[in-house]
Amino acid sequence: MNKVSVIIKREYLTRVRKKSFLVMTILAPLLMASLIIIMPAMMVTGNKEFKKIAVIDDGANIYGTAIPDTKDADFIYLGNADKNALIQNFDSAGYYAVLYISPKSENSPIIYSKKQPPIMLLDHISGSLEKEIEKTRLLQYNIENLDSILKQIRTQVVPVTKIVDEAGKQTETSTGIAMALAYIGGFVMYMLVFMFGAQVMRGVIEEKVSRVVEVIVSSVKPVQLMMGKIIGVALVGLTQFMIWVILTMGAVAVLKSVVLKKTNMTEITQNITQSVMTENQTPAPASATPATQISPEMAEFSKLFDNAMNQNWPLIILSFIFYFITGYLLYASVFAAIGSAVDNETETQQFMLPVTIPIILGLIVAMGTMQNPESPLSFWFSMIPLTSPIVMMARIPFGVPAWQIILSMSLMVVTFLAFVWMAAKVYRTGILMYGKKASWKEMWKWLRYTG
Amino acid sequence: MPLFEAKNVTKMFGDFTALDNVSISVPERCIYGLLGPNGAGKTTLIRIINQITGPDSGELFLNGKKLKPEDVATIGYLPEERGLYRKMKVGEEAVYFAQLKGLPKAEAIRRLKYWFKKLDMVDWWGKKVEELSKGMQQKVQFITTILHEPKLIIFDEPFTGFDPVNANTIKNEILFLREKGATIIFSTHNMASVEELCDNITLINKAKTILEGSVDEIRSKWAANEYDLILHGDVKIQGNGQYNILKQVFENDRSTVRLKTVSDISTNEILNNIMKSGKIISFNPALPSMNEIFIRVVESRN
Repeated sequence: MNKVSVIIKREYLTRVRKKSFLVMTILAPLLMASLIIIMPAMMVTGNKEFKKIAVIDDGANIYGTAIPDTKDADFIYLGNADKNALIQNFDSAGYYAVLYISPKSENSPIIYSKKQPPIMLLDHISGSLEKEIEKTRLLQYNIENLDSILKQIRTQVVPVTKIVDEAGKQTETSTGIAMALAYIGGFVMYMLVFMFGAQVMRGVIEEKVSRVVEVIVSSVKPVQLMMGKIIGVALVGLTQFMIWVILTMGAVAVLKSVVLKKTNMTEITQNITQSVMTENQTPAPASATPATQISPEMAEFSKLFDNAMNQNWPLIILSFIFYFITGYLLYASVFAAIGSAVDNETETQQFMLPVTIPIILGLIVAMGTMQNPESPLSFWFSMIPLTSPIVMMARIPFGVPAWQIILSMSLMVVTFLAFVWMAAKVYRTGILMYGKKASWKEMWKWLRYTG
Repeated sequence: MPLFEAKNVTKMFGDFTALDNVSISVPERCIYGLLGPNGAGKTTLIRIINQITGPDSGELFLNGKKLKPEDVATIGYLPEERGLYRKMKVGEEAVYFAQLKGLPKAEAIRRLKYWFKKLDMVDWWGKKVEELSKGMQQKVQFITTILHEPKLIIFDEPFTGFDPVNANTIKNEILFLREKGATIIFSTHNMASVEELCDNITLINKAKTILEGSVDEIRSKWAANEYDLILHGDVKIQGNGQYNILKQVFENDRSTVRLKTVSDISTNEILNNIMKSGKIISFNPALPSMNEIFIRVVESRN
C-alpha cells in the first residue's frame, strides 16, 4: 500500500507541476465564465443584423401597418408599390424580405426573401397579424367599448411548477433549471471521464514505450502501478475540477458585476420607455406591472436563483461524486488496458471506437432525457453501467425514485469492480509484450493467462 | 547452500512453452551467467525470479527459503529493455525508484549522493533525464538497480550503450559488489565478458537447459584434447600416431602450432617429442572460447 501511495504521489505531482496543467486550470474557467456571461448577452443584444422588411398589400392598408418593429427588424409599409418590381429588386433596395398581404386572403401572407427567414421572424409576423385580424373581425360586430374590453380580456399564462414530495410538502421548482442542471451534469461527467481516462491511457503508453515499466514491475506489482496511476490521475482531475468550480464562480461574480453595472441603468430606462411605448401601441396586460426600480430581468433572475436552490443539491453533488469516481474507474481501467496492449498511440485508434460509442451514446440519451426524463430509453440507459453516469446525472434534477438510483449504483459498483479486475489482467500481460499486433482477441487471450 | 535456486520451472503462454523444466542453482557471491539465443526463455526466467510473472510449476528458493513477494526488496534488476521517465529530473527519478524498492526518502538521497559522487555524476542531479546521453542514462539506471544493496542482483546486458571507459567502470563496480557479498546473475550475448566475469553459467535454448556448470570446467571439457604450442624460429612439426597437427603458422620469427592428441598420451611425452625439434616458448591446452562453445552447443541442438 505504501508503494501505491509513492506511485500516486509521482503521478499526481508530475501532472500538476506541468505548465499545461497551470494553463488549462486558469484558462478553462475564464472560457467557461465568458461563455456563461457573454453568450446570453450576445443572444439578447448581440444579434445586430438589422433587417428592413417591406410590407405591401396592394394599397388596401388594413393590416399593412399592424406589425410592430422588433429589435432585429423594421417593418416598412410601402402601400401599393408594384409587387412584381419590388420582388425583383428588394435586395438592392436594402430590404431583407418582402411581406405581401393579399387583401383577399389575409390568412396566408407571402414572404419573398433571398434566404430562408428565421422562425422567430415568422412567429412575430403571424402572431401580430392574427391579433390584428381577430380585432378587425370583432370590430365588425359593432361591440361598444371594444378597446377596453379587449384590454381586459388579454392575458398571459405562466405556469408555476411545484413538486409535491411524499410528506406532502410543496416546493416551487423550475423546469428550465432542471434542464440546465441535467445538461451540465451529464456533459461535465462525459468530459471528465473521457479526458482523464485518456490521460491514464497516454501515461501507460509512455511507460511502455520508454520501457520504464520494465524497471518498475520488478519493484511493484503491475496492478499496483495501474491503480496508482488511475488514482493519481483521478486526484489531478478532482483538483482541477475543484479549482475550476471555485475560479468559475469567482469569475462569474466579477464579470457579472462589471457587466451589470454597465448595462443596468440603461437597461432599466430602456425597459421603462419600452413598456410605456408598447402601452400606447398594443393593449398592456390586464395586471399592469408596477413600475419598480428592479428590472424584470433581475426579478426573473432572483426567482430562478430561488428555484435553483430548491433542487436537491446534496443528492446531486453526492451522486455526481459517486458516478464520477465509479464511472472514471470503469473507463480509466479500460483505457489502461488498451494503453498496455499497444506499442504506440496511433495503434489505439482501433480500440477507441468501441469505448467511445457507449460514452457518446450516453451523452445523446442524456440530451433526450431533458425532453422526457421518464422515457424507457432514459430509464434503461441510466441502469446500464457504461452509460448510467452520464444519463443518471441528467435524470436526477427531474427527480428519480430512490430504488432506481440504488439499483443503478449497485450495478455500477459490480461492473466497475469487474472491469478493473479484467483490465488488471490484460494490463499485467500487455505492458511486457512488445511487437505483438494488439487486438481484442489477443487481449481476451491475455485475460486468461495465469499469474 | 546456494543463495538462489530455481527447481523444475515450467512456464507456458497459451500453447507456447517459454520454459520447460529449467533448474538453476546460484552459489553465494558468484557471478552466474545466464546465456542463450534470443527467444530462448532467459527473460521469462528473469521475470519469474523477479516475481513479475509466476511459474506454472516449479519452485524458487532464496537463501533456502521459498521466494516471497517481500523478497523484491533484496533483489536488484537491471532489465535489458530499460528506460526512465524522460521529463523527470534525474535526482527525483532516482529517489522515486529507490522508494519503490522500499528505501525511505532521506536514506535514498544520502546513498544517491554517495554514488553520484563516486561515478562522477554530481552535476546531473537537477537535469532532466532527456538532457542526458544514453550512456549517462544507463549509469543512472545502474545506480538505481543497486542502491537498495540487494543480495541478489540481476544484470541483463549491462554493458550495452557504454563506451569502453564507462563499461570498464561498470565492470569494476560489479566485481566490487561481489567483493562486498552480493550474488550476481548476469545475462548477456557478449561471450568475452562471460569468460572475464562469470564463475558459473547456464545455457538455455528453446526453453530447455542444455549446458550448465563452472566456466572453467565447461571450457576444459570442450577443449577436446587440443594444445597450442609456440616455438622459436621456423620449425615444422610432424604429427605421429599419437597426435595430429591441425595447423601451423610461421610469422614474426615464431611458429604457432595447434595439435590434437588421438591416443592416451601425456603432455610430458608430447613435450619430450617436440623438444627435439625446436625451442619451446609456450605450451597450453587450447581452451575453446565460450563463443565457440555457445555456437557449437546451440547448433548441435537445432
